[in-house]
This record gives sequence, structure tokens and C-alpha cells, in this order.
Amino acid sequence: MTEPVLATHGLRKAYGALQASDGITLDLRPGEIHAIIGPNGAGKSTLIAQICGALTPDEGRVELLGQDVTAETTQARAARGLARTFQISALAMQDTVLQNVLLGALGASGRPWRFLSRVSKDRDLRATAEAALEAVGLADLAALRTAELSHGQRRQLEVAVALTLRPRAFVMDEPMAGLGQEGSQRLTVFLDGLRQQAPILLVEHDMDAVFALADRISVLVYGRVIATGTVDEIRRDPLVRDAYLGDGA
Amino acid sequence: MSPILLAEQVLNGLQSGVMLFLMAAGLTLIFGVMGLINLAHGALYMVGAFAAATVAGLTGSFLLALVAALAAAAAAGALVETLVIRRLYARDHLDQVLATFALILIFSEGTRWVFGSFPLYLDVPDALSGTVTLPGGIAYPLYRLALIVIGIAVALGLWWLNSRTRLGIRIRAGENDREMIAALGVDISKLYTLVFALGAGLAGLAGALVGAIQSVQVGMGEPVLILAFVVIVIGGIGSIRGALIGALLVGLTDTLGGVLLPELFRLFIDPASAATAGSAFASMAIYVLMAAVLVWRPTGLFGGRA
Amino acid sequence: MSREGLVNAALLLALVAVPGWALWADAPFTITLATRAVIFALAAVGLNIALGMGGLVSLGHAVFFGIGGYAMGILASHAQNYTPLMEWPFEIAGTKSMPVIWLVAVLASGLAALLIGLLSLRTSGVYFIMITLAFGQMMYFFAISWPAYGGEDGLSIYVRNGFPGLNTLDPIQFYGLCFGLLCLVLVLHARLMRSPFGLALNAARQVPERVRAVGLDPVRLQLVALVISGAITGLAGALFADLNRFVSPTMLSWQMSGEIMVFVIIGGVARLFGPVAGAGFYVLLEHLLGGVSEYWQIFLGLFLLLVVLFGKGGLVGVLAGRARHD
Repeated sequence: MTEPVLATHGLRKAYGALQASDGITLDLRPGEIHAIIGPNGAGKSTLIAQICGALTPDEGRVELLGQDVTAETTQARAARGLARTFQISALAMQDTVLQNVLLGALGASGRPWRFLSRVSKDRDLRATAEAALEAVGLADLAALRTAELSHGQRRQLEVAVALTLRPRAFVMDEPMAGLGQEGSQRLTVFLDGLRQQAPILLVEHDMDAVFALADRISVLVYGRVIATGTVDEIRRDPLVRDAYLGDGA
Repeated sequence: MSPILLAEQVLNGLQSGVMLFLMAAGLTLIFGVMGLINLAHGALYMVGAFAAATVAGLTGSFLLALVAALAAAAAAGALVETLVIRRLYARDHLDQVLATFALILIFSEGTRWVFGSFPLYLDVPDALSGTVTLPGGIAYPLYRLALIVIGIAVALGLWWLNSRTRLGIRIRAGENDREMIAALGVDISKLYTLVFALGAGLAGLAGALVGAIQSVQVGMGEPVLILAFVVIVIGGIGSIRGALIGALLVGLTDTLGGVLLPELFRLFIDPASAATAGSAFASMAIYVLMAAVLVWRPTGLFGGRA
Repeated sequence: MSREGLVNAALLLALVAVPGWALWADAPFTITLATRAVIFALAAVGLNIALGMGGLVSLGHAVFFGIGGYAMGILASHAQNYTPLMEWPFEIAGTKSMPVIWLVAVLASGLAALLIGLLSLRTSGVYFIMITLAFGQMMYFFAISWPAYGGEDGLSIYVRNGFPGLNTLDPIQFYGLCFGLLCLVLVLHARLMRSPFGLALNAARQVPERVRAVGLDPVRLQLVALVISGAITGLAGALFADLNRFVSPTMLSWQMSGEIMVFVIIGGVARLFGPVAGAGFYVLLEHLLGGVSEYWQIFLGLFLLLVVLFGKGGLVGVLAGRARHD
């Protein structure tokens, strides 16, 4: 088996009496899309927050490229090659579309301490930024204020910013949310190709997309992974049918 | 230093602490319920002091003066809330800071216009003048002792209001969930005016009570306001209990620092320099306390959110 | 040229034309007023970097203004009394040279900003406002109770400090110096806005979680912004003390912090020339209304209230329309 790019071991996190993560162990291997599904309140957001560094687990650890990063900040994990997208778009709305991807490129370059040069004249940053916009199909809108983008375009920009980091692993928090059928089909095709670049840990409600994309699926219920397996295995798993998909599925 | 002197200073610290609490409680309540940072809270303290001095001058009654202070500050608070403040709840903190800074200018210059630049004096009532001898032989001014008692009584009253009355339930509901309280059929804008007037009344009361031992003048409120901010940073925003603990800590640190630091410096340097250096550093003591709390617990001793 | 560009050019022109006219008409008081406006503008440009770009609502910028003022006062008073600043471990003499004083003012206020920032940036929002206000008050009371440099009475300097090749006692030459520094700092601010640092800082104000997610630390960006901001306001403080040949704790007071913020807001926050418009307008209002009524700040208060409640974008915003982003 190849070394996992990203792994969690026995993550536990409680809010008072509520056990939001109850010993979560999973991994993300090179070249794969690993989808996390589960009903609302299953602890998906808490899991992502711990993987990306916004929350510290009570117990357990997070490993990135074989290194224990449990104690590291969000920015340190990003610098190691972890790129995330946000469920609710976290973009600089007052800035242009180009500036948002430039920010990603700047973060990846690790050289923000330049005070007098023009960021838009930095060829390397621009090339990275424009390539990312090109990849998600936003190149024509580069000069637009981000606040003027449609919801779907903001989702695309989220992915573009993640691309500029040239990451070793993606963590995507419901990238399809609110996209509509056509939009999510297009994004599905795009993510399908992206896995060659870096593996994707995909939290998603859109089951069509999950079943189309995922190499493996983990089902999270009440803070526990009740099953991990291929699409077919998950579809057939009686526990999953019972707990999550319901009898009708 | 003699134990008696020390005990006296501890009492002074408590006294200034409970008066600070009256200010800080209103501020923290207003922030907790409406999410508003109110720089004009010190102006309401001043309004209370001026109302008390005026009424005491006209009637000679200290009790009436206190009632006037409460009423005038609460009325000014309600007026300002209705005209200006309620437009600020949905704004960011910068707008709140600027608008309430503008209110300070208007209140201060307006008061100067009406009353002039000379300080007014508010006398301690006869019934509370003089000193009492406490157990242990400490002779202490009766009025200051009364301030401590009043402060504690107000703290208890607030606790009762907050935990035992319908208004308290609504206030706490308003802190947690604005939609919820509106859904319950409570008139939210009336509740906000009431809470603001309550905070203003407490500030006015503090202004009148302290006005009797200091002079009543324009600009008296802002130094107290900033001390109250230090109290809130230490205690944690939105927490009345934090405001009480923070106010007592600040009052005691300020008073005892002023006495003990020069003594401490005397151990190392000559008495004259020790006195000046000691008092200079004592003026910084509460801010050092605040910095220490920030390093230890950035959201204050009893604060939950940033 | 964009509308904002035209407004900016008009403001620059006014800063040349008004003192130029005053020189021709032999009205030195007008030159002094213009100098005051330029120095206030400089202090406000400092705040605008922290506030407009970094979103840091600092109500403690008087600390930096005052430290700059005291840097001038302390160095010059030692020079005029021929007493060394310190003798051990090595001797440091006072100085009457503006460039040296400026350097000390910039370094000292930058250092103060670093220390205050390290503590206050542990929190955010309304805590940050209260904490900066509190540290301002701390410096104010310290200056009052520390008797070595005048305490409450402040420090007077007999003769304005010197600048190589200029006669600083001549109002128009001193004005020229201050104006030159303002232009320099405006150029610096304009470049900061478009720099990689500026891009990251702008984003840190809007979406700190995004900045972290691309591998940058928003708090460090804000800390650096606060240090730059404090250093510029400190430079303005040194000039202000030199203009008045006097420094006192008033420069450290919370009212001063409030006024610096008012310059920025009246003019237009995050606009390059907002502080220039705001400070100019303030000095004009102070001069015109101050002559009419002793209580002119009532009108300032009412005006500020109107700007906050109804006039988003300040003077530059009203004149030039919504901000362009490129």
C-alpha cells in the first residue's frame, strides 16, 4: 500500500456532552478522491476543522505527508501543502477575482513581506493566478469585483484559490453546495481530472457527484466512521443503508 | 506600613472598585445584549453628576440629588438611544466608536456651554459626613463606607434582576438569540431602550456618588470610562460577574499600587526618587494587570467569546 | 484621470496654493495653520494604514503621536541644557538635528506599536478598541506622573530644531519640510496598497480564515501594519512638537486619539487622500468656527454624527464616488 498523503488517527473532540468526533481514523491516498458523507450533525465540519487546524482535537493526531501536524497552525499546514475550500465562500469580496487568486499564489510563494513592489507586476504570481482562473473557467472575469460574482462563480473561485497553492492534498467542504445540476456536473468533470494533481478529501451532500467521483467513501454518523469502502461496498453495506441512506435508497 | 493604614487603603480600593462596577456593569450589559461599544457612557456619568449637583444646590437634599442623577442619566440614555444609538446596532464597531465619540463632544461641550468650565461641588450629606471607627480601631469616612454598601447593594440588585425577574430572562434571551426573543412577542426595540437606560442610570448614579468626593466637571467621565474598559477587558465582555471581579481587582490594584510601589522602591533607591518613580509606575499598575490577563486569557477571566 | 485622481490632485494643489498665497500676502499665521493641517494629515495617514488597510480600529494612536513628540522634546531639551541623555554605559547627548530626531521618533513609536500590537492583537474586535484606548491612557498617566520631563506641565523648547541647509524658523521652509514628508509618506502608502504585503493585509481584514488557509498569518500581517502605522504617526508627533516648540501629555490623551481617527473618517477611510481631506477640513473648521463660538466642538460632533450615520465614505467618498479597486 502506498503511503497516505493525509491521515487522522483516533480523533476525538467533544463539546460538552456532545461527542462530535468519536475516534475518527481515516486516510487519503495518492491519486484518489475519498468522499466523506453523513447526515447533518454527523461531525463533518468538526472533522474538517481539525484536519485543517482551526480546531485542536482532544485526542488523536493528524498526519500530513507522514509528519504529525496536530499541534501546527492552519497556516503551517497550508504551507506544507494542504489546500482547502470553504463551505461558505471565504473570499475577499471587496477585491477583484484576480486579487483573490493572487493571494493564493502569494501565500504559496511564502514571500508576502514585500512592501514597495507591485503585486500585479510579479510575473510568477500572475502566471500561477491566471492559470488557476483559466483552469476553472473564470479567466474572463479576472477584473470583476468578487462581490459581483454569482454563487456558482464564487464556488469556482474557491477551487481556483486552492489550485494556486499547488497543494499535495485538497480538502473540499461541500464544493457543490447550491450549484444546481449543470454546475455540479461541470465541477464533477473538473474534480475528476484534478485527482491526478493531488488527492481530494471530499465532503459532499450531492450523492450523484459522490458516487460518480469517489474511489472510496467513508460514512460518518454521530462522530464515528461506520463504514469505509468503494462505492459499491458502501451502497451494499446494510449498516449504511440502515443508518444513513434509509431503506428507500 | 502599619496594618491600619493598609486596611484603610484596602477599603479605599473596594470603594473605587464598586463605583467602577456601576460603570462597567452598564457597559458590559449594553455590549452583551445589543453588541454596542458605547464611548458616551462616561458622558452619562457626567450628566448624573451635574444633575445631582444642580438639584442638591436647589433643594439641599442629597437623596433628591441622587434620584435626579439616576433619572436624568436614564432619560438622557433613553433619548440618545432612540435618536442615535439604535441606528448603530447593525453597524460595525468603527461606526459605533465614531458616533459615540461624536456624542461625547456634543455632551461635553453642551454641558460646558450650560454650566461653564468651572467645577461644581456636591457636598457629602451631613448624615454621612465624619468618620466611623471600625473593628480594629480603623477610623474610616462614613460616606466612603456608604459607597461600598451602595455598590454591593446594586450588585445584588443586578444579580436579582438578571436571574429572578421577567426582564432578566428577556435580557438573557436577547444576549443569546435575537430572533428567538422577537418570536416570543417581546418588543425588542423597547427592551433595548430599557437596557440602555438602565446602564445609563447606573452610570449617572456612580457619577453623583463619586461627584461628592471629587469635583463635578466636564470631562470627568472619560477617565472613568477608560478604567471601566480595563475592567471589562479583565473580566470578559458581557459578563456582569466578570465586571464585578474586574472592578474590584482594578480598584484594589490602583489604590494599593499607589501606596505600596513607592514603599517597594524605597528598598532600592533614595526616598525622594522612590516616591516619584513609585507613583509613576503605580499609574501603570492596572494596565500591567490588564496586559497580564491578556497574555493569560485573551478573552478575559469570565469571557467566552472574542 | 479618475474622479478620485482629480480630487487628489485638487487637494495637492491646495496644499501648494494656500501657503503660496499666504507667502505672497505675508500671512504667516495661515502658513502655520497649513503646517498644522499637513502634520495632522501625516498622523492620520499613519492611522489610515492600520485602519483602512488592516481594519484595526486603534483608539490609541495618540501614544505614537505623543512618543514622537517626546522624542523631540527629550532630545532637544538635553541639547539646549547641555546635559547628556545618559552617561552609562556610554554617553548619549541630546540633539537639535531634525533628521536624527525623526529617526528616533520613528524607531521609538514603531517599537511601542510592536509591544502594544503583540498584546492587543491577541484579541480582536471590540476588545482591540478598548485595549488600545487603555494603553493610550497608560502612557498619558505615565507622562503626567513622571516629573523628569515636565510632568503635567510639559516641555518647552526655545528654538525650533534645525535641518541641514534650511532655515526652519522661517514658516514657509518648515512647511515645505512637513509637506515633503507628507508627500513621501503618501507615495509609500500608495505603493503599500498595491504591494504583495498590501494585498495580503487587505485580505486579512476581510477574510482572515482565507489568509490562514493560503499559508499566511493574518495577525503577523496586522502587527507589521500597526508598526508601520505607529512609526508614521510618531514622525508626525515629532513635527507637531517642533511646530509648537512644546510637548505635553495632551499629545498622549484619548482626545488626541479620537481626533486622529476623526481626520481619517471625515476624509474617507481607506482612501489615499482621505486623511489629507479630513485634516484640512478639521483645521479649517477649527479656525472658522473656533472664532465664532468657544463651543465649536458641538458642531464638530454633530457633523461627525451626520457623516457616520448618513455619509459613508467621508469627504473623498462624497466627491469621488465609490472606491475603485484595481
